[in-house]
Amino acid sequence: MSDSTERDLQQLPFLSAAHISTLVTSGEVSAREVATTMLQRIKDLDGDIHAFNEVTPELALAAADALDKRIADGATADELGQLAGVPVAFKDNMNQLGTHMTCSSRMLANFQSPYDATAVRRLLDANTIPLGKLNMDDLACGSSTESSATGPTYNPWNRKHVPGGSSGGSAAAVAAGMATITLGSDTGGSIRQPAAFTGTVGLKPSYGRVSRYGCAALASSLDQIGPLSHSVRDSALALSAIAGIDPLDASSLDVSVPDFAVACDHALQGTAKGMRVAIVSDVLQQDGLDPRLKAEVLTAAELLAQQGADIIEVTLPSAQYGPPAYYILGSAEASSNLARLDGVRYGHRAEDATDILDLYLRSRKEGFSPETIRRIMFGTHVLSSGNYDDYYLQAQKVRTLIKGDYAAAFKQADVLLTPSTPTLAFKFGEFADDPLAMYLSDYYTSLVNIAGIAALSLPTRLIDGLPASVQLIADHACETNLLRAATLLESSLNFDYRSVPLTKAAAVADA
Amino acid sequence: MALTTAEVKDLGLTTRLQLSDKEIAGLQVELNNILEYVEHMKQLDLIDVEPTAHPVDGTDGGRADVPIGSLARDMLLMNAPESRDGAFVVPQIKAPGMSDASAGGSA
Repeated sequence: MSDSTERDLQQLPFLSAAHISTLVTSGEVSAREVATTMLQRIKDLDGDIHAFNEVTPELALAAADALDKRIADGATADELGQLAGVPVAFKDNMNQLGTHMTCSSRMLANFQSPYDATAVRRLLDANTIPLGKLNMDDLACGSSTESSATGPTYNPWNRKHVPGGSSGGSAAAVAAGMATITLGSDTGGSIRQPAAFTGTVGLKPSYGRVSRYGCAALASSLDQIGPLSHSVRDSALALSAIAGIDPLDASSLDVSVPDFAVACDHALQGTAKGMRVAIVSDVLQQDGLDPRLKAEVLTAAELLAQQGADIIEVTLPSAQYGPPAYYILGSAEASSNLARLDGVRYGHRAEDATDILDLYLRSRKEGFSPETIRRIMFGTHVLSSGNYDDYYLQAQKVRTLIKGDYAAAFKQADVLLTPSTPTLAFKFGEFADDPLAMYLSDYYTSLVNIAGIAALSLPTRLIDGLPASVQLIADHACETNLLRAATLLESSLNFDYRSVPLTKAAAVADA
Repeated sequence: MALTTAEVKDLGLTTRLQLSDKEIAGLQVELNNILEYVEHMKQLDLIDVEPTAHPVDGTDGGRADVPIGSLARDMLLMNAPESRDGAFVVPQIKAPGMSDASAGGSA
């Protein structure tokens, strides 16, 4: 192995996807070397982080060897694409043949994927190297990954703090350099909130942009799959790979899928001149917002202004009703979707049931986390006759108001700026006695799911050793605007994701 | 309106969750806190506002009405807790001596 190859492999955990694919397709580094380096890193680090529920060396090496063979047979870099040889991993609520799909739930602890989710299949078809399945909150019900039946994931920046959730494993794996790109799912913030807590980029695409086929449904009108990565461009590359209509998901949209990475490249060649960026002024007054995170939003606006963007202010007058509406809609849909987990066809079954009712009652109680149980019961309550109009229908009407607020805002602006989260990553157990308080963690993100539009959490800098962030929001199917603004802002911020403390420890060990 | 203990117990049966009295008491407090949290939204006068069931229009067209393959039987049964002769096995529907009302729940 040459010195430069050895250096490349040492730096591999934090190289961009494009850099890795260039190394691999040029033959400088083999895909097998990429796979073995990353598998070793997971072995070295994941005992302290627990981002992975399942590591898949056989699948990783098989994909790597297949790619190396294609390269040996003369396939060109253009044919193989910019994700060739890039290490990826999937949230454990996505089916991938050859893996379990546990949803980090006792309910599905032994569930084997019977097929590939469309987004998973598309990322694998892009010649990536699949490293494994990632930890999450039980059935995606939670904002901290504390409710995982396999144990919590730890924040790589400070192990006393949560990585966020529900896609906590997806975020922590990227933050610790154990994968270049991961997929998460976002129902009320489950990609963006953990991205914010771990200093990673997290992108929730517009509803319908990415097929949900093969992803265990939580709330079907809110769920969307999206990427997490170190850089905006890597998330853009992943989005181009996984987006597009899918005959297996009737809610997937027949809209064109541009090369989103090219949009990022074009942004860097120009300025923000002509870009209309709006600060959402009223949500910055929300109780509970850390003033330091409010300041990050204002700083981000200033940085974009310096690049030529026009900065204006807009309001979302109905925003205060969004989080309660989200909680009603999300719980109602979850209670319906999770009814399928009954111990009959798959999933946990209680032992020695005396009859079918006993089987249902005990299997479900034993299989679900307390948070999942709360949501199922609340969701069923708001859907029951006598309560439906007061809660569920009312929340659907609030959804109309919020969509209207965003529509008005996007008449004036191309991109909106808000906080991603009200606080920095909180500590383990902080909300153990007050589950309601944890819901406020999704305040700024859940509004976006209600409207079905696109948003991205971008890390800005460290505050008290923990990553801070801002959220950029664009109208439905306008991810190009979102990625363009995020790329320009990212270039001004230069967030140092390589300085994650774990990396330093690993580097010392390597030396 | 706050949920009573009996209503929470009933909700447990409707959602097919076996809950102890202690769990019911805890859930009563938690669910009532959540109901209080959403109360200000409930009070809005939205009589003239149309509800939105789905975030995006035009996503329910569906694919062409042409049969496509489905999973093979052995794949469908792969995750079954118990199966026999190509079918899922479940316990008897009603335990001996159980009344119709308790078997059917209150849903």
